[in-house]
Amino acid sequence: MNGQNPAIRFVGVSKSFGGKHVLDAVSFDVPQGAVCCILGRSGTGKSVTLKLLMGLLKPDSGEIFLNDLQIEDLDSAHLVKARKKMGFLFQYSALFDSMTIGENVAFPLRRHTSMAEKEIQDKVRKRLAEVGLENELDHMPLELSGGMRKRAGLARALALDPSILLVDEPSSGLDPITSKEIDTLLLSLKTEEKTTMVVVTHNMSSARRIADILIVLNEGHIVAQGSVDEMDRSKVDVVRQFMSASKGD
Amino acid sequence: MIKLAMSVTEETPGAIGTLLRESGSLSQFAIQSIRAAFRRPFEFDEIVQQIYMVGWRSLPLIMTSGLAIGVVLSMHTRAVMERFGAEALIPSALAIALISETGPLMTGLLVAGRVGAGIGAELGGMRVTEQIDALESLAVDSVHYLAVTRIIACMVALPILTTALNFCGLVGGYIAESVISGISMTQYFRHAFETVGFLDYLLPTVKTVVFGFIIGTVSSYLGYTATGGSEGIGRASTMSVVLSSMLLIFINVLLVRMIFLVFPNGAL
Repeated sequence: MNGQNPAIRFVGVSKSFGGKHVLDAVSFDVPQGAVCCILGRSGTGKSVTLKLLMGLLKPDSGEIFLNDLQIEDLDSAHLVKARKKMGFLFQYSALFDSMTIGENVAFPLRRHTSMAEKEIQDKVRKRLAEVGLENELDHMPLELSGGMRKRAGLARALALDPSILLVDEPSSGLDPITSKEIDTLLLSLKTEEKTTMVVVTHNMSSARRIADILIVLNEGHIVAQGSVDEMDRSKVDVVRQFMSASKGD
Repeated sequence: MIKLAMSVTEETPGAIGTLLRESGSLSQFAIQSIRAAFRRPFEFDEIVQQIYMVGWRSLPLIMTSGLAIGVVLSMHTRAVMERFGAEALIPSALAIALISETGPLMTGLLVAGRVGAGIGAELGGMRVTEQIDALESLAVDSVHYLAVTRIIACMVALPILTTALNFCGLVGGYIAESVISGISMTQYFRHAFETVGFLDYLLPTVKTVVFGFIIGTVSSYLGYTATGGSEGIGRASTMSVVLSSMLLIFINVLLVRMIFLVFPNGAL
């Protein structure tokens, strides 16, 4: 995209669980500052791809690079260091249920920065305001709806201003208006903070709005990858089904 | 060496293979936790919080149980001593029984039940709701933050809780004895501590540090490796109690033997 090395490189990565091949020699690059949306039917390895990128899972074979740092063989201390530059929004938010929403967002700031408590509180309010949750600071995660938890999860993922953001289904459980607002936030991160993003989504409208690159996974393989326009012209069945699904939105 | 052991166990079929694999994984988890304990950050705040959860919140159960055990042991001891006309030895016998074995073992088993189940369920819940993955994604060593803090808390709390149970047991014994024989408190406690030295208290009580390690490690491991939703959480919780209790009883035999070997004069 800008002549630099890609922010993310996936080289021939395979992963199986109990003999079932979830990913089979998958390769792709995501340039610095680009938004890559991964599409595919349920169970095709999209979330596994994100967890491999975060180093939460180890690949059976293949290599994964984040900003030229090969992550699959890093020890836990180096992995921790690499993760400080990354954010992860989980499919079901994964908020710490023993902490309030504010404490959840403040958690990475308290652990990894030397910010004063007032600065932390200001940052927490800013991030929560961006996702429309500035009034839910003192609520426990279980007191919020699924959609609100998702937004709180996004605020937490953004707390450390990550240069790489991994997002697992940002629109699930959200109404169309909030979903659009989340897309706008992701786009502003891309333009203003040059954040590289990998977004797993089933929402084609959202993918069309935010993606620079679309990747379609099917049965552990990448069946197509390219820009939205390229994918619109694709002759591959699965891709056509996905792309046509959004035209009705 | 570990890789060699893993390859052998992977090729061993059936229940024995599963047992070997699980034992190997548990040992690996224990080693990983011990290594992590010596790495920064030392998580002092979380350790203090866990000591409060494990120790302070177990205190009502431990004190009530200690009192009841003291009363019951005293009644049993009296029944036996009366046959030999040795009622005067009841406080000493009770103190020896409580301090050397009953107190440490009962405390271990009670904590395994209350705390082991709690840790198994809590970490199991965090595992299946991806909160442990979330911790990792926020650049936190989850073994250090979740497991090591709980293991250390159990190791610190167990000797203190054992002392509390011993004390309450002796008070319970005194209450039972004072009702039956009208013995005074001063006389009772003087008799009780006549035959018990500091080393006799110290060795069995320090032994419970190992019990704490077992309870913390086993329940953290089972919670950490839980799978399969609410059923998995329940299984982790139950297995934490069963496995840590069994290991605790087994290790207790070895530790008592070791104490007798190393301190033949100080092991009562």
